[in-house]
Amino acid sequence: MSASVQSLVSQPYKYGFTTNIEADVIPRGLSEDVVRMISAKKNEPEFMLEFRLRAYRKWLTMAEPVWPNVTYPPIDYQNIVYYSAPKTQAKKLGSLDEVDPTMLETFEKLGIPLSEQKRLANVAVDAIFDSVSIATTYKEKLAESGVIFCSISEALQEHPELVEKYLGTVIPIGDNYFAALNSAVFSDGSFVYIPKDTQCPMDLSTYFRINNGDSGQFERTLIVAEAGSSVTYLEGCTAPMYDSNQLHAAIVELVAMDDATINYSTVQNWYAGDENGKGGIYNFVTKRGLCAGKNSKISWTQVETGSAITWKYPSCVLVGDNSVGEFYSVALTNNHQQADTGTKMVHVGKNTRSTIISKGISAAKSKNSYRGLVKMGPKATGARNYSQCDSMLIGDTSSANTFPYIQVQNSTAQVEHEASTSKIGEDQLFYFAQRGISPEDAVSMIISGFCRDVFNKLPMEFAAEADKLLALKLENTVG
Amino acid sequence: MINDNSDIILSVRNLHARVEGADILKGLDLEVRAGEVHAIMGLNGSGKSTFSKVLAGHPDYEVTAGEIHFKGQDLLELDPHDRATAGIFLAFQYPLEIPGVSNRDFLRVAFNAHRKARGEDEIDVFDFDDLIEEKLDVVKMDASFLDRSVNEGFSGGEKKRNEILQMALLEPALAILDETDSGLDIDALKTVAGGVNQLATPDNAVVLITHYQRMLDYIVPDYVHVMADGRIITTGGKDLAKELESRGYEWVLDAYRTGVTA
Repeated sequence: MSASVQSLVSQPYKYGFTTNIEADVIPRGLSEDVVRMISAKKNEPEFMLEFRLRAYRKWLTMAEPVWPNVTYPPIDYQNIVYYSAPKTQAKKLGSLDEVDPTMLETFEKLGIPLSEQKRLANVAVDAIFDSVSIATTYKEKLAESGVIFCSISEALQEHPELVEKYLGTVIPIGDNYFAALNSAVFSDGSFVYIPKDTQCPMDLSTYFRINNGDSGQFERTLIVAEAGSSVTYLEGCTAPMYDSNQLHAAIVELVAMDDATINYSTVQNWYAGDENGKGGIYNFVTKRGLCAGKNSKISWTQVETGSAITWKYPSCVLVGDNSVGEFYSVALTNNHQQADTGTKMVHVGKNTRSTIISKGISAAKSKNSYRGLVKMGPKATGARNYSQCDSMLIGDTSSANTFPYIQVQNSTAQVEHEASTSKIGEDQLFYFAQRGISPEDAVSMIISGFCRDVFNKLPMEFAAEADKLLALKLENTVG
Repeated sequence: MINDNSDIILSVRNLHARVEGADILKGLDLEVRAGEVHAIMGLNGSGKSTFSKVLAGHPDYEVTAGEIHFKGQDLLELDPHDRATAGIFLAFQYPLEIPGVSNRDFLRVAFNAHRKARGEDEIDVFDFDDLIEEKLDVVKMDASFLDRSVNEGFSGGEKKRNEILQMALLEPALAILDETDSGLDIDALKTVAGGVNQLATPDNAVVLITHYQRMLDYIVPDYVHVMADGRIITTGGKDLAKELESRGYEWVLDAYRTGVTA
């Protein structure tokens, strides 16, 4: 029976195709010259090259973290291609009409139409293919409200002062091994700037696609919300199926000023490797938001279903008084996937509040760990945190772990932590079956019920996608 | 109500079954016709609950010999969910909790699965709400139950009433009530029994599995069977249950052992 429960959560990966396109690829390996080459290719301002070089030198002195509850063979950093761009994109494009049709087709196939006629209504999209941004939709319309939404490469050309002011302020170059690597070699990513007192008129979205089998993807996203502004940002990711592992080491930095709100949602569906654990993306990502201003709010929502290994802790540093941090997460692991994910809520200011809701689902031989830190600083009087970490096991061979770290340095702070582990058992499925409900429908109902608290937090477009994604994982697979 | 001309709903012949390597059922025979109420009594470990699980098709239970026909169909060929939509309903002794799934959604999906199996269109949320409101009366349940997660945080009595609500909704040809009386106070027992009586028609049948006679004061059986050693060792009318209540099981078992060794 366990075998059939297992088959219910397995489905072929449908985004595994490769796009054949001529790419501008630099030789494998990493050195100071490579860092200089990337910066030169992007025609970056001097400060950016200095930033990269500082990061590279720092990285050389650091070691890969060994504390996550994941295992993988050593990564050969000299065997990775650090820059790969479709040749047709070498020149800066004036409009979307100039984008290579192969690219447009690729994104259309992924369900992200970029062309004027078919665009998603009310969602602006920045499409990133390997190392470069292909297109950003609705740019002009957003500009009317003063909102800047473009690739970070373009931001470095058009708004270097903004990038220089904020880049690396939330995640310093030496924050951790992968952050240092990203800071040295990041290729592209999205840049968002919401001016004072502006509600971003539409949701913003970046879609990341790894295509090249040998290249790593190192994207960098920076979102700045000025006082009184708000924005909702969505991120999606897929990659082709290769036998080898690709490294994805991204950084996302968010800055929220007084009374500003940033909602950041991710549906991560990188290729997870095959059922024997061959191939798949190493997803080593640093995401952190700074609630710099009073009453500011940063909310992370993530649905993690892909990647061979996930190492990711979207965090909030709550500096402004009364600021709010939230983390809502669903992590589904199957086959040989390993996830070590969670959050850090660092309370610095007075009366800061944070909520953590984490749902982990593990099937087959996968390993799913929640790791979270709640830190109440000495000046965070009246601060509060509520954490709830629920794990669900499918079958007998998967594992779920919860590693909560709590540090409280003042006596007025309140921290609550709840955790549970449940199992989709044969008896539960039998109960459904006895009421006429097939095992596929039963598993899908149980899982979406388990994830409900998190799905409710997703923006509408993504809630539908997340539901679809989980439903697909369960489709036509009864053995 | 006994009517020898009514259709045979369930026919069990020489049923043998095992679970976790242990033989539990050892040659059980039973015939149930439309309109009848059967009570199966017996001591712990006699195989009563195993019989109900085997009928419903629990994957842990392996049938090693014998046959079961349900309305003329070979039941052993059907998956558990197909047995359910064919008309077999098991009211669980320990109904399971399903966090995050609302009772309303669970009932609607179950109901639509039955409709689909009959080749009928699924009904929408609004029509379903009207239908389920009516059914709530059968077990005197409040509509607020519908919006709670299935059985989560329900009291023992509420769980049992929820089982009968599902039975009222799905209108099975054969309802098997596995120790539905256990853990119920007298008021809840009356409500549950009243519900079952309302649902009994000349076209369906009920099998009650119970330790105690007290349930049978409210749901009057046409036949009372005593199970021991994995089979039905004696069958009588409703008076047999009363006699078991006053005299215990020993005399029935003694008579059976004498018969076996003779």
